[in-house]
Amino acid sequence: MSRCIELASACLGATALCLTLAAPAAAQQSFPGIGRAATPAEIAAWDIDVRPDFKGLPKGSGTVARGQKVWDEKCASCHGTFGESNEVFPPIVGGTTAEDIQRGRVKALTEPVGRTTLMKLSSLSALWDYINRAMPWDRPKSLSTDEVYAVVAYILHLGDILPGDFVLSDATIRQAEQRLPNRNGKVKYEPLWNLKGKGDVTNVACMKDCPVGAILASYLPDYARDAHGNLALQTRAVGPTRGVDTSAPSLNAPPPPPTDPALALANRHSCMACHRMEGKHVGPAFKDVAARYAGKPDAAAVLAAKVKSGGAGNWGQIPMPPNTGLSDQDLAVLVKWILSGGS
Amino acid sequence: MAENPGMPVRPSGRLLRAPEHFLSPAQIAEVTAGRRGFLRGAFAAALAGTGGVAAAQGTGDANILELPAHTKGLGQPVATHGYGQPSQYERNLQRRESPGLTRVSAASVSFAPLQGMFGIITPNGLHFERHHQGWWDIDPSKHRLMINGLVKNPLVFTMDDLMRLPSVSRMHFIECGANTGMEWGNVAVPTVQYTHGMLSCCEFTGVALSTLLDMAGYDKKAGKYILVEGADGSSMTRTVAMERALDDCMVAYAMNGEMLRPENGYPLRMVAPGIQGVSWVKWLRRIEVGDMPYGTKDETLHYVDLMPDGLHRQYTSIQECKSVITSPSGGQTLLDKGFHNITGLAWSGRGKIRRVDVSTDGGRNWRTAKLESPILSKCLTRFNFGWVWDGGPAILQSRAIDDTGYVQPKINQLRAVRGTRSIYHNNAIQSWRVAEGGEVSNVQVY
Ligand code: HEC
Ligand code: HEC
Repeated sequence: MSRCIELASACLGATALCLTLAAPAAAQQSFPGIGRAATPAEIAAWDIDVRPDFKGLPKGSGTVARGQKVWDEKCASCHGTFGESNEVFPPIVGGTTAEDIQRGRVKALTEPVGRTTLMKLSSLSALWDYINRAMPWDRPKSLSTDEVYAVVAYILHLGDILPGDFVLSDATIRQAEQRLPNRNGKVKYEPLWNLKGKGDVTNVACMKDCPVGAILASYLPDYARDAHGNLALQTRAVGPTRGVDTSAPSLNAPPPPPTDPALALANRHSCMACHRMEGKHVGPAFKDVAARYAGKPDAAAVLAAKVKSGGAGNWGQIPMPPNTGLSDQDLAVLVKWILSGGS
Repeated sequence: MAENPGMPVRPSGRLLRAPEHFLSPAQIAEVTAGRRGFLRGAFAAALAGTGGVAAAQGTGDANILELPAHTKGLGQPVATHGYGQPSQYERNLQRRESPGLTRVSAASVSFAPLQGMFGIITPNGLHFERHHQGWWDIDPSKHRLMINGLVKNPLVFTMDDLMRLPSVSRMHFIECGANTGMEWGNVAVPTVQYTHGMLSCCEFTGVALSTLLDMAGYDKKAGKYILVEGADGSSMTRTVAMERALDDCMVAYAMNGEMLRPENGYPLRMVAPGIQGVSWVKWLRRIEVGDMPYGTKDETLHYVDLMPDGLHRQYTSIQECKSVITSPSGGQTLLDKGFHNITGLAWSGRGKIRRVDVSTDGGRNWRTAKLESPILSKCLTRFNFGWVWDGGPAILQSRAIDDTGYVQPKINQLRAVRGTRSIYHNNAIQSWRVAEGGEVSNVQVY
């Protein structure tokens, strides 16, 4: 919200004078007859944004209890009673812990799990402003200021961020923000903001005998062939190509299932979702693991324990979650296979 | 995830010719016997619905020898359609939703059918759509634009006002920050429509934003940012750097020679060249000048890039250099071996395209493609590359370089820095695998 509001209210008593003052003398000179001064009431009607420093936040307050009423009546039908619904949009509440509130960083954001609103939220203004301008989705801008405070308080209460007796207001909102689980989780990234920025990923324009891994790393599984409908009906029926008739079986023979039993096991236990034999993926390449532990007498036992309990910090910042569902027998096969470099 | 079958492509165990679905068993036998010239005619005939009449057999093609009705009769009068329509034979090219991507279609996206488009301009009816709270057809006589914040003169403009001001017309691409977002972890969708179709390019006409900011007397010292805001239910808000706003942003009312389409913001939208599409706020109602970024919902909860360490990058606006082959592309089948024109699009949010290279062997060897004119800043550039398909397996890729020297990266290079869960700003080299049968599919090779 702008400075003009304050200016405007300062001179409400002398509206006529203010309007004259605000008349765009320079603008009139360059493009006479075009545009006119905005009135204070017009600005107040439209200038509703709330900035991260809470400039623009209107005075008001709401309790968690009132927020629950607003939520149940106006929000729960789409977002679920506890903000957990996945029906119209990813869940709003969930995935944050007391530890996150301490640190101001959400640990689960490093794990391959879905992301809720509260996991990502770093400034409370964004939540307040958005609900105020856009929710309920089918009746935006129908909430009173106090209802917005109340429902924001209730959402934060659902996330165990605010206690049940909290009163959220323009006076307490900064205090509430200091408990956001992900308040320290953002960085303004200049290289992709600035036109002259350099970017963060580089490639070189190799032209001949360029190094490429000898793999077809990913392709669409055959069962997903017609997930987007019949592609024959989505391409022009004249020209150098036709759309593939995906109602019929593929002309590309599907790749054979892996014949290596250890690889099949690794697939079954989802190890290959994060690992490759060669090349770093989410986790380290198994060949690199084999190289690091080569010749160490207790390598198999150490790795088996690590796979089972999960680990972090040995290969980078991304942790490996525990793999608890593995039998000792499968684990032994997998570790042997990893240490052998896949042979 | 299954292990890879080995580079580049395993010869197909079931080698069938492309148009099998249209041919009778007898015709298939002829094809298998090697009479390849037969194919094209059979294909055309099958599509024309006449069934099994081979071209250029006997004395010649029936389409030539027997004069059709349109050559021997009277056609339709002028103005049959007050607003012209595409041919009835073009119905396959539609913007489409990707099933399962979103849950409600008023907060969803429809993708432009890049596989069937030519040159660099997107026809208005095929421009991709992204709405957060549905679209509206707003009465232009009631639409207003307000400029306030750190300005000497807060102003209100009607559409009449804006259309009286000096106008500028420029061609620019618009790409959603989430374009190709489904492919960060693995191949997820079959065709270029769904991998890259949140991309369009128009000639926009409107008023330079600098003109309006000058009229309002913006604060040249403190005014480092602007907020743009829409008039729809979502009242979308986004922060744009003042430097960009003064450079080449405009407030546009027209696209490709006509007024904006309602789905694209009629009667007024923001045009922010090179910046992700969400900042091109539609149904634009207000611009506020401020001294800090606004941290809006779509700058805090979405359009933020999640890094492997759990930190989100915020304000990652620029759409970096990228390209894609649009034909042949995923979900298509090549008609026959022999000459094919590999064609595609290249663009950069930082400037002009300098060069595009094409590989047909999965990135081992590259040759430079021909760029078609015009080559404009922050605009699509069309490239073409002649290729003789020998009927064997191939993997087609394109790699663009912009005039800053930046080279479009490979997916594994992006992943090494950003992981697989950042959703936005995937500008990786796209690979299309051509199988022996001529079927083209979406793969990742690096
Ligand atoms: C009719 C269904 C519906 C109702 C009722 C509704 N919402 Fe929503 N809400 C949505 C949809 C759909 C979105 C996503 C909009 C988009 O794509 O931008 C959303 C988004 C949100 C978000 C942003 C989440 C994020 O991570 O981006 C919040 C917060 C929210 N709603 C809160 C509320 C509150 C509070 C209420 C009640 C006052 C409410 N909603 C009522 C459908 C609804
Ligand atoms: C969700 C992703 C993920 C899954 C699933 C996963 N890993 Fe890992 N793995 C990692 C990451 C990340 C690391 C690196 C951890 C570190 O830096 O300490 C790792 C490390 C390892 C290591 C090296 C340990 C060390 O300390 O040197 C082995 C061995 C390993 N994983 C095997 C497996 C096996 C076997 C499975 C399947 C049962 C599996 N992983 C499943 C992500 C995963």
